[in-house]
Amino acid sequence: MSWADLSNISLRFRHVWFRNLITYRRIWKVNFMVPLLEPGFYILAFGLGFSGLIGRVSYAGMQLEYTAFMAPALVATACMWNSFFETTYASFVRMYYQKTFDGILGTPVSVEEIIVAEIVWAASKAAAAVTVMLAVLIPIGYANFPGALLCIPLAFLGGLAFGSIGMFFTGMIPSIDMFNLPIFLFITPMFLFSGTFFPVSGIPDWAGIFSLVFPLYHLVELTRFLCIGAMESNPVSNLIYLLLFIMVFGYLALGAMKRRLIK
Amino acid sequence: MSTIDAQQVVKNFGQLTAVNNVSFTVEPGEFFALLGPNGAGKTSIIRMIYGFSPLSGGRLEIFGQDIRDDWRKIRLRLGVCQQENTLDPDLTVVQNLQLYSRYFEMDKATAGKRAEELLDFFALTGKREAKVGELSGGLARRLQIARALMAEPELLILDEPTAGLDPQSRHQVWDRLRALKKRGLTMVLTTHYMDEAENLCDRLVILDRGRIVTEGQPRDLIKKYAGESVIEIEGPSEELRKYVRENGVESDDLGERLIIYAEPRGELESRIREDFCMESCRYRAGNLEDVFLRLTGRELRE
Repeated sequence: MSWADLSNISLRFRHVWFRNLITYRRIWKVNFMVPLLEPGFYILAFGLGFSGLIGRVSYAGMQLEYTAFMAPALVATACMWNSFFETTYASFVRMYYQKTFDGILGTPVSVEEIIVAEIVWAASKAAAAVTVMLAVLIPIGYANFPGALLCIPLAFLGGLAFGSIGMFFTGMIPSIDMFNLPIFLFITPMFLFSGTFFPVSGIPDWAGIFSLVFPLYHLVELTRFLCIGAMESNPVSNLIYLLLFIMVFGYLALGAMKRRLIK
Repeated sequence: MSTIDAQQVVKNFGQLTAVNNVSFTVEPGEFFALLGPNGAGKTSIIRMIYGFSPLSGGRLEIFGQDIRDDWRKIRLRLGVCQQENTLDPDLTVVQNLQLYSRYFEMDKATAGKRAEELLDFFALTGKREAKVGELSGGLARRLQIARALMAEPELLILDEPTAGLDPQSRHQVWDRLRALKKRGLTMVLTTHYMDEAENLCDRLVILDRGRIVTEGQPRDLIKKYAGESVIEIEGPSEELRKYVRENGVESDDLGERLIIYAEPRGELESRIREDFCMESCRYRAGNLEDVFLRLTGRELRE
């Protein structure tokens, strides 16, 4: 059983981060279309199709338009998808099919540094996607200016959380098809039940407790607070939860990946 | 001080002992080879040398430093060309080299100059801007060796550098390795190709089932285990078999084929030529493949 050796982590990880950046630069134009257009699609769909059925949502003592309630959650879920996909599918391809990590392990970079770089890269991608989304949401009035800009560092933090747990799954699963499992059992329910499409305060307490376990709930709450100035939980405990989540799953991810890579 | 000093190195994978008490040294400027059938432990040893795999036992010093403690310092001074293609397929040839120099924290100007030198040396300048995913096997392999040389290593590790290459590409690689040797670079090579080891290496060890079976210079090993002259006889007669048995001739009987290890132009050779070889005899010089097969056996592995 090998555990991560934290003393092997230095700033050298930034070179691996940079490797991902220059590889990504080739395809960024296509990739930036997604965060640019996605919020538009959702807001159109829910605004035109849904809000007629629902009317207003009561949240944190306010009566909100349904789209106004939902738009900040889109920012948080984009953060989740971007970082989780990066350290699962994309990292798995680099690790298993391209042997990128094996190549780097012939240089003065440690396995721990590679994993840290992957997670930080995932968080950077999440922050970049959120930046693009805000460029759409702020002008059309779904996010306050300049307060909502704090969503960018927040997305980085959220990206570390989802990137860490994604990396942990990458260290554990036997083959790339098996990512269906954590996505179906963890990501999809989290996507639906984290105060994204309806307020958690509106559902029975026993169901609400599940939501509190999901990191996305805490990220959605913080994002909503920064975008529209309303939330139904305590921002300090949300932040503490996310930080603890990053520490626990970051450490587990380092160990799982080390066991997987080092023979 | 030896460049590599391995003492009683052990590597276990669960119940399996892949490397079992292996000791050897590699001296500065030497071209050293690890030979062995599949599963002999070559790659496991290579991976321990560059600090990828932790040792299960023994001691391994590179440049006089212990690989367990000083892996980062050691890796700064060595170049690794792995068996698999570990190049970045989405990047260009020159980007692959530049990126690699970052892991060693080389300064940009030096790295740029070094990249151009290596492109030139490996005849890759024309492919400078080509995507690596589009390169042929031979070109990719040359690029991977070039990449391993980016940080001007004192020790180059080559794990089956010519596996799967066509003869032209293989000779291209050999020429480059010979030139590097002339410049005094220390190299460690693993290979399945006996002619490769015979052509390039100063000294080698033959491994089998995780242990060193023999060690020495290719020519000495051939002399010792194969003899300088080899006679292969198709469908040997009973008389010949009897002669070989009675006179204690060094030979391997493979059923359909008898291999006799002899002295060049010696008495034994002329006796066999005159008395037993009507048609189906082949005379050739002994080679490393004879040594290898005699020491590691002829049965299939894995």
